[in-house]
Amino acid sequence: MTRFLFAMLQLTVNALRDLAPVILVIAFFQIVVLRQPFPDLLNVLIGLLCVIVGLTLFIQGLESGLFPLGEALAQGFAQKGSVTILLAFAFCLGFGTTVAEPALIAVAAEAADVAAEAGAIVDDDRARTAYALELRMVVAVSVGAALVLGVLRILKGWPIHRLIIVGYLLVTAMTVFAPAEIVGVAYDSGGVTTSTITVPLVTALGVGLATSIRGRNPMVDGFGLIAFASLTPMICVLAYGMVVS
Amino acid sequence: MTDFPRAFADALLSTVLDVAPIVAILLLFQLFVLRRKPPNLRRIAAGSVLVLVGLALFLIGLENALFPIGKTMARQLTAPETIGAARLADGVDWHDYLLVYAFAAAIGFATTVAEPSLIAVAIKARDASGGAVHAWGLRLAVAVGVAVGVALGCLRIVTGTPLPWYIIGSYVVVILLTFRAGRTIVPLAYDSGGVTTSTVTVPVVAALGLGLAASVPGRSPLIDGFGLIAFASVFPIVSVLGYAIVASWLSRRRKSKLPEEA
Repeated sequence: MTRFLFAMLQLTVNALRDLAPVILVIAFFQIVVLRQPFPDLLNVLIGLLCVIVGLTLFIQGLESGLFPLGEALAQGFAQKGSVTILLAFAFCLGFGTTVAEPALIAVAAEAADVAAEAGAIVDDDRARTAYALELRMVVAVSVGAALVLGVLRILKGWPIHRLIIVGYLLVTAMTVFAPAEIVGVAYDSGGVTTSTITVPLVTALGVGLATSIRGRNPMVDGFGLIAFASLTPMICVLAYGMVVS
Repeated sequence: MTDFPRAFADALLSTVLDVAPIVAILLLFQLFVLRRKPPNLRRIAAGSVLVLVGLALFLIGLENALFPIGKTMARQLTAPETIGAARLADGVDWHDYLLVYAFAAAIGFATTVAEPSLIAVAIKARDASGGAVHAWGLRLAVAVGVAVGVALGCLRIVTGTPLPWYIIGSYVVVILLTFRAGRTIVPLAYDSGGVTTSTVTVPVVAALGLGLAASVPGRSPLIDGFGLIAFASVFPIVSVLGYAIVASWLSRRRKSKLPEEA
């Protein structure tokens, strides 16, 4: 019990260290630059306490829950030996975690406003809702496809930089032809798809797969799934913008 | 925050709803395809509950304490009154907004250090590399990348230069550095681009971009407000690759010096 408490204390100290920069930056700009007192100091302090306790619990849960879960899945699939099932799982995981992602919902709604403003779609609520939903589906399918490609890469041991460079070239070429108003949305869509729960799970899955397949190195082959999941949405959103216009 | 239990319940509920699809997929494949209980099931379940409760607390704390101040601050710093009417009288100049770039870099750095998904990847990288990758060093490298990226992104909004120039330009840098860096660090560097923009960074950075695009004369928040997230996802790749190249160069130099001293 004392060991557990000591471990928690250690994690809390780490969480404090992780949050110190944010607190310092905000306090500095608030007091020195803007020269204003903190509104509602009590609320801010209670909120900070929540953040610190929350981060401590999250990290603790990561090491005892999400990481072992991802590794157990990777081992299970490796023993099962069916590539089709593993790829189906990768697609479902990518699609399922992205389609309901709150950050994506927000960006898709903003993108619909941009498209309506630019005259790419009819400016009414129905057209906007349809556009936002289609965009979300496009991104979710592309993240699913990204994880399929990424897992396939781990299995085959393809070098990641070739695939990523091809992706960059595609983005560059499509930027030239895609309508200007979709470009900003497309570039941002890559960053919003990878949420706080998905990242640890997907990373553990990749590293776990690379560890359980002979001849693969966890560093060289295990990482990279997130990279695909942030690149393919850009390509697919650009393609969607070209098709719609 | 007087309504704490209710706010906590709301945050917990929305976190649970967010992960519901993941849980459903995991259960489906576990029950029907793998059909084998993972070892330490209880420990995993307890850990997952900790993750959920921790994330809910984290979010509720951010929303009550940091986000409102951060967003108000982004608005105030970008407001014409802060910049000074006299300076803006002769049109927009990029150096009128130096304070905004400083804030952008500082807040980009600070929120990235606190980003839970980056912490997760850094822990995993440390374990997978057998300690060769320092978790803290990786996080600092990524945070520096985000800081530079967000500050440059703000400069772009102020000057109104096209977004693709910057992003495609940094792709060229990434490709060049890829061939200079060691093979083991490249996948991790590519990954670090995607993990930086999560729970903490996105809301504050997005507010900064929208506030800036709304207040700079001649910019539209709808068209120019986008793009900061893209900056924050590309520049960490550059900084992590750069960090790896410098680190290996330093260790090579140290090794080649040792025999001389001996």
